Amino acid sequence: MCRLAAITSDKYFSPMENILALETMKEGHDGSGLGLTLKDLGGEFEEFKGFPIMSGICSKEGIGVLDEFMDKHGFKIKHVWTPKIKKVKGVISRDYYFARAYDYPEHYKNKSIQEKEDILMNTRLALRKLGEPDESIFVFSFYPDVITIKEVGDPLQLAEFFSLDKDGIRAKIVFAQGRQNTNYAIYLYACHPFFIQGYCSMTNGENTAFVPIKEFLMSRGFPGYIGYNSDSEVFTHILHYSVSRLNFPLHYYKDVITPLKPTEIEQRKDKEALNLMKQSLRPLCIDGPNMIIGFTPDGACFMVHDSKKLRPGVVGGIKGKYALMSEECGLDRAIPKRDKDKDIFPMKYDMVVIAPQAKEIKVWNQLQG
Amino acid sequence: MEPASGIMLDHNHRLSLREFPYIIRWRDDRCKRCGKCTAVCPVKAIEPTVKVQRIIQSEGTVPSPTASRKITHIVEQVTDMERHCTGCGTCTLVCPNEAIEPEYNPQHKFYHYKNKGGEPLKRGGRRNDPSVSTLDKLKFTRISMLTDPALDAGRHEFRIRTLLGRILPPEELPLKMEDGKLVVDKSSGKFIPPVREIFPIMIGSMSIGALSPPAWEGFAMGVAYLNEVEGIPVVMASGEGGMSPRLLRSKYLKYFILQIASGYFGWDEIIHALPHMVEDPAAIEIKYGQGAKPGDGGLLMAQKVLKLIASIRGVPQFVDLASPPTHQTKYSIEEAVAKMIQSMSMAWGFRVPVYPKISGTKTARAVLNNLARNPYAAALSIDGEDGGTGAAYNVSMDKMGHPIASNIRDCYLDLVRQGKQSELPLIAAGGVAKKGNLAANAAALIMLGASAVSIGKYIMQAATDCFGDEYNRCNLCNTGKCPRGITTQDPKLYRRLDPDRVAERVVETFKAADVELKKIFAPMGRSTELPIGMSDGLSIEDEAMAKRLEINYAC
Ligand code: SF4
Ligand code: SF4
Repeated sequence: MCRLAAITSDKYFSPMENILALETMKEGHDGSGLGLTLKDLGGEFEEFKGFPIMSGICSKEGIGVLDEFMDKHGFKIKHVWTPKIKKVKGVISRDYYFARAYDYPEHYKNKSIQEKEDILMNTRLALRKLGEPDESIFVFSFYPDVITIKEVGDPLQLAEFFSLDKDGIRAKIVFAQGRQNTNYAIYLYACHPFFIQGYCSMTNGENTAFVPIKEFLMSRGFPGYIGYNSDSEVFTHILHYSVSRLNFPLHYYKDVITPLKPTEIEQRKDKEALNLMKQSLRPLCIDGPNMIIGFTPDGACFMVHDSKKLRPGVVGGIKGKYALMSEECGLDRAIPKRDKDKDIFPMKYDMVVIAPQAKEIKVWNQLQG
Repeated sequence: MEPASGIMLDHNHRLSLREFPYIIRWRDDRCKRCGKCTAVCPVKAIEPTVKVQRIIQSEGTVPSPTASRKITHIVEQVTDMERHCTGCGTCTLVCPNEAIEPEYNPQHKFYHYKNKGGEPLKRGGRRNDPSVSTLDKLKFTRISMLTDPALDAGRHEFRIRTLLGRILPPEELPLKMEDGKLVVDKSSGKFIPPVREIFPIMIGSMSIGALSPPAWEGFAMGVAYLNEVEGIPVVMASGEGGMSPRLLRSKYLKYFILQIASGYFGWDEIIHALPHMVEDPAAIEIKYGQGAKPGDGGLLMAQKVLKLIASIRGVPQFVDLASPPTHQTKYSIEEAVAKMIQSMSMAWGFRVPVYPKISGTKTARAVLNNLARNPYAAALSIDGEDGGTGAAYNVSMDKMGHPIASNIRDCYLDLVRQGKQSELPLIAAGGVAKKGNLAANAAALIMLGASAVSIGKYIMQAATDCFGDEYNRCNLCNTGKCPRGITTQDPKLYRRLDPDRVAERVVETFKAADVELKKIFAPMGRSTELPIGMSDGLSIEDEAMAKRLEINYAC
């Protein structure tokens, strides 16, 4: 079972906070990887808010291909961040880790957000396709104000490897996952958190309904719904599908993945809509033990469980800074000075939503709607 | 040599018992000559006869054998193919001394002779193929272990339900936002098709005429009990020939699917009952084909058309009721089928799902794709070759049709390619539980892509003790002489069947299947929704089949 540490704050903080929280949950991850997603960036990226940032890893050959591709498509580099790599035992270094802010191609500058999102995603997918066969290019995200870092190894060692403790990189939302590998080969694209067009999620479980969900998503005719090296990637795509494609308010994500029973639906004011949704979205109903932590483009963060709450999860903090963790020890580490009595252990019907800028925390109960 | 004229002195001109599919083993030493077996035999395959016996006896202290002749009564199997022993075993059941038993003869030449008068063999039953079906070769191999804890079939909550009806794609749902909540946008004018939530195993079409009153009533009572008392929403299809007028006007109608087939039998009564219906039927099934006998229409032999049946079907008594193999009005799928679906929908104000049933066929995908484009088509039922029937040509039963496994898989994957896998439910039938593994076969079909499965001959065997099997045992269903009282309209025969017991067995069968389905889904970590299309859960020990079905090969 993987360990999850997410923090959202109204001030910029270092991802080290997440990594130290993960360290307290160490018995739960086996060093098979670390995934970090940073949103609402501070530090050197603060001044590049509007520019899409590409995060990834390339081999020496790969970077040439990537540059050529980006050049050809009219993207101009605005800013480059590369971690200062420090040799650490047990971590095999790849050639080139990067997060690069680009400027849009001229003819895209005045396009709508949707059109921009599509070009960014399609660019990422094209690069993935180019680099995947020989693993020369990995692109994890390409979106404004978001950085993703992934590598195989123990989270704390990787933090040292990337010199994150010394780096000035900061963000207001940081998601971190310490992997316990349950897929067969350790593969970077299988590493959480997953990101698509501003939506991100990570999970600490297994998805037994993976194949029908994957087939359903892939048959939606949306090019971004591919990959699926991990059965958890579908959770991110369901989030994107429900909120972005179907325009449902965020809390309906819970109704999509773990729909209520007919007798329970009857008690909801929106029962008519729920009944129809439940039928039409039946293939997206998840199964297996899972706790999901996610964020949406506006910076809201949430936590939900599978319909039986078969995995742990806790949310707590103070106004202006909240943490969503798979274990309480992580929360203690991230925000020790908080009123512990107010910690929320969401139950199977709950969806904990933290407003953007960690302004407030709300528990939405599915039964009450 | 002179030809033998008139009398033949020996039996060399007759068929030997070795040509017969079943040979009667009769034990002289046990038989008390009560005559029950010969009286009960539905085909008069055995008869009492007298034989002369030569007996050598010796009495006294020294051997002094003397021969005497004695006339004795025996039970003899006749060597007339028209009266062949069907192996039903009724004689064994009535024998007080276990003196008689039929034995299957694998070397029989039954089919060589069953065409008297140029008339091909007609029979009831199922395909005479005892081999293990693909469904029984499928195994569930994705077992949740430690990384994803398995569920507990006894403790956790499971939802073993499916949807019958056309489902709108999520992108087309007429929803709008009101105060942060989604509501149905009534002003959109969008047609929202009717959908039923049912148990994924349904009882397939068996008509009131084909079945005896206690058999049909027993099934119907069992279904009503399952719904009303057990809370298991099982539905049952009427078969062609309508339903009793009282049932049509009762609140139980909602548990029944009314079938319309090429003979339209029973529909006069149904239409007349329409204004008086207090509930809508579960669905309407338009039968275009039957997996057990592609190319044959419905056939109810004259001997089964007694008063009740004649009145329900609106026909005179004692006439053969043959439905044409195809709907006579059918011109093309785009027009006639669409029109039929629409008229049926219209009859019930578009509140009832209407779907076609076809025989398993290589061309099923063509039908499917057409239905996928028809927003009123509520499902597609595909009936594979291993299904059963009350009466058909043997050749149609044994040689025509398509196995259900690959047919369903192809159709499902076709829907996946179009992104319509959740919109048009597929109902799979034909050979489910051939070897008695109801839940396992149903689960396998569901994981291949079926939304529901339909059973017929299995429930007849399990609930009414039908003798029939894949060795052509009994299979007298077409003759009106069913020795079990299941497929006959003769009160002398059907009083053998107790409808209450049939109902009880139906309930037991479905309750057990419900538990078994949970026992399959729990270790696979599935509980919240039916694992439709969860093909990663299945494997087969045959590479070619694995490839064909696009599932894992495991050995
Ligand atoms: S097994 Fe059936 S058909 Fe054969 S002799 Fe006995 S009763 Fe007659
Ligand atoms: S017992 Fe009746 S229903 Fe079964 S095969 Fe024989 S005749 Fe047919």
